[in-house]
Amino acid sequence: MVVWTDFERTTIQDIFSKIDYAVVGQAAFSRCLTVYPWTQRYFGQFGNLYNAAAIASNPKVAAHGKVIMEALEKAVKDMDNIKATYAELSALHSEKLQVDPDNFMLLGDCLTIVVASQLGKAFTAEVHAAFQKFLAVVVSSLRKQYY
Amino acid sequence: MTSLSAKDKNTVKAFWAKVAGKEEQIGCDAVSRMLTVYPQTKTYFSHWKDLSPGSAPVRKHGATVMAAVTDAVSKIDDLTGGLLSLSELHAFTLRVDPANFKVLAHNLLVVLATVFPNDFTPEVHVAMDKFLAAVAHALSEKYR
Repeated sequence: MVVWTDFERTTIQDIFSKIDYAVVGQAAFSRCLTVYPWTQRYFGQFGNLYNAAAIASNPKVAAHGKVIMEALEKAVKDMDNIKATYAELSALHSEKLQVDPDNFMLLGDCLTIVVASQLGKAFTAEVHAAFQKFLAVVVSSLRKQYY
Repeated sequence: MTSLSAKDKNTVKAFWAKVAGKEEQIGCDAVSRMLTVYPQTKTYFSHWKDLSPGSAPVRKHGATVMAAVTDAVSKIDDLTGGLLSLSELHAFTLRVDPANFKVLAHNLLVVLATVFPNDFTPEVHVAMDKFLAAVAHALSEKYR
């Protein structure tokens, strides 16, 4: 059972209320595909991912970035039940998509970097720690249904 | 582990030039962040009086780390040779688990993203990530 401090709860709600899902989603997901190119293996149907410029202007990448952020919002809206919230998504990633779960934190790291660049000084070490904890819980929940 | 292309090296050198003058601020923030966000790293600094963000030992260590990274940039064509004595220090004296190099690198990248939101593009990010991984690899050379 995850225990959230008041600070952590408010911080996570605050971050997600401030960011534009389309912008941050596109930036984080395209960064992941650029910085960790082996993650492209799951997106063969996305078309041109040949270089950073192609990834940055790819509309399917942008659309999927937004999908990811909307999925994260589900966890933000019910922080005490993240494991249950993601049970189906976990099974999907494991059985149908067959994504190596080590990749989840690669996307998490890119999202952290994008949020950091958006918030600047406001992304203090304490805010960063809260965000990291949130991502760790999300990743752990997504890993649950793997066997 | 992929080696650095000429393009990677040029990207790293050009980006790192922008860091000049901000080393102390960036180094201090990176180390503070690492200790806060990844508390397991505090175990290496039990000899410090004060482990809080921005404290004197943290600030000093941030400066040490940044000076070493700046040095590594200048030795980018031969990191293994250039970082030999640092590798021996980390392997035999400090005995830092090499997994932690990645942790510090990540925190450094996060700080760079806050300080240079426009310059820290995905292309710069991948070059810096590769460079820091190469530095970590060079630091691990003497371990076993």
